[in-house]
Amino acid sequence: MVSRELPNSQSEIDNKELEQQFLDKITEEIKIEPKDWMPDGYRKTLIRQIAQHAHSEIIGMQPEGNWITRAPTLERKIGLLAKVQDECGHGMYLYCAAETLGITREELLNRLHEGRMKYSNIFNYPTLTWADIGAIGWLVDGAAIVNQISLCRTSYGPYARAMVRICKEESFHQRQGYAMMFTLAKGTANQVAMAQDALNRWWWPSLMMFGPHDSESSHSSQSMAWKVKRQSNDELRQRFIDITVPQADHLELTIPDPKLNWNEARGHYDFGAIDWDEFWAAVNGPGLCGDKRMKTRVNAHENGQWVREAAWAYARKRSGGHRTA
Amino acid sequence: MKAESGQWPLWEVFVRSKQGLTHQHIGSLYAADAPMALGNARDLYTRRQEGVSIWVVPSGEITASSPEDQGPFFEPANDKVYRHPTFYPVPDGIENL
Repeated sequence: MVSRELPNSQSEIDNKELEQQFLDKITEEIKIEPKDWMPDGYRKTLIRQIAQHAHSEIIGMQPEGNWITRAPTLERKIGLLAKVQDECGHGMYLYCAAETLGITREELLNRLHEGRMKYSNIFNYPTLTWADIGAIGWLVDGAAIVNQISLCRTSYGPYARAMVRICKEESFHQRQGYAMMFTLAKGTANQVAMAQDALNRWWWPSLMMFGPHDSESSHSSQSMAWKVKRQSNDELRQRFIDITVPQADHLELTIPDPKLNWNEARGHYDFGAIDWDEFWAAVNGPGLCGDKRMKTRVNAHENGQWVREAAWAYARKRSGGHRTA
Repeated sequence: MKAESGQWPLWEVFVRSKQGLTHQHIGSLYAADAPMALGNARDLYTRRQEGVSIWVVPSGEITASSPEDQGPFFEPANDKVYRHPTFYPVPDGIENL
């Protein structure tokens, strides 16, 4: 429960003390837990970030779910089913983490369904071929892993713990995707072409998952000060590129960036400029599959209402008939 | 369309990974009743053979010690180092003590 600011010098002193205690915990790497005092801004930014993360997991089930019925083998099908199931689970862990900050599931879903809360725009891109599923597992989950490993050290306890659990499950996603890309890349000319095409379409959006450049990121400096964010967008993006380029080389596929080049002096890959116009168009507008994603999500929720109501009615009836302790 | 008011209660999930170990708190979930909570817990938290036993408890039934009072609440143990075996010297050469 956050204490309200009353026009009273004692409560201002108390608030300052509480804020200092909060900042001391941050400095000493002591996790902030749900019942701890925290600044309003900290609470709000975490609700926004954790919930957007949760929404992304749920929406992300759609582009991948798209290929479950058309997976080329039973092994690929059950693997993809398991992955999509995991994403749902990740959404569940994250909603629970967000709710510890004093917001309901109902409110979070309302905000998503009414467009008042966002999700990662990478999931607005269509999955045009089977190779897209491989590219997503390899690149999108790969980028998510880089981000999520960093977030395992985030200052808010429930979020950090959710990240640890998610990271354990996520690495199968990336390996599954890379295995698919490998099979295609070593296959027929058509398969190689399909894999290359998927890489061409998913590379830049994956880089954009890390968000705007540090210099243009409005949320970043406060997030870093509160240790919500532990590494900058550019730092994480660079790490992702550095670890992924050798993986692409092994596939003998070409990353669609002619400026990509190992820089010995920096100890990192140099890379080309990101087209931010495309990023903002995807984030701000209903382009690509944004409308479809939202419609599908809202329909799924509405169509399931009778099930939720029936379950509740049945539970009430049963507890009315037989008293439980 | 608005999500209907959250009627389902929140449950805390505890999982024991093997016979003879303790149940660990693993997370929470919403369910209409206890059997549903158990099934949902199995689907959500044991996809990778994490457990052989699950407990689900309505969150409201849990009484927790208060974080603010953490210092004073646990204070009695702070100056009782003699509860640890390492406090007691064992003469050289003595075994099985």
